[in-house]
Amino acid sequence: MKLTVSGKTNDYSEKLTVKELIVLENIETPEYVSVSVNDEFVKSGDFETHLLRDGDYVEFLYFMGGGC
Amino acid sequence: MNMICKFICKLKIKKADFDLIVSHAKNNLPNEACGLLAGKIEDGIKIVEKIYTLTNIDESPEHFSIHPQEQLQAIKDIRRLGLNPLGNFHSHPSTPARPSKEDIRLAYDPQASYMILSLMDETPVLKSFHIEKAKGTVLIEEITII
Repeated sequence: MKLTVSGKTNDYSEKLTVKELIVLENIETPEYVSVSVNDEFVKSGDFETHLLRDGDYVEFLYFMGGGC
Repeated sequence: MNMICKFICKLKIKKADFDLIVSHAKNNLPNEACGLLAGKIEDGIKIVEKIYTLTNIDESPEHFSIHPQEQLQAIKDIRRLGLNPLGNFHSHPSTPARPSKEDIRLAYDPQASYMILSLMDETPVLKSFHIEKAKGTVLIEEITII
């Protein structure tokens, strides 16, 4: 199936979960990443079970914050 | 964490974009302001092509968190324009342009530039940092305003 991940479209195996994609894409510090699929944020508790579908658009977003 | 004062990366930003960051920061006083940096990387030099002024959902003079939906929309626009996300910026209304312990603790993206604008003095001071928590280092990035 084809997925667009961080703006790039590539072929991936079927029945891929969000968690497996995080590993496949070598996402650094994955515990601090939120994932959007087709503009909807996936709850981190659902990463292991959320199956990606052909044509999905995925973005990995790091929380961005701080304090002075 | 050690603050190593050496330049590991150069970053160029247009004067108009610098002015946009300053005006966004001043418009949000007394709170911290924040946003994203997008652009290109050429020969190891980060070139800022576009600034996204975003909402600090903390609405605080001492903290900031970028609005997640705005962050996502900005990232989508960055992809549409064929640019790369380069990092973020935020303001320190009354403290120097250096990453606080909280800034370092929350610096989760090891690829990002973390730009800080200080409004502590009459003349705004802009600095940029590369924070690698795994290595325990904070490196200063050399900024050139073009």
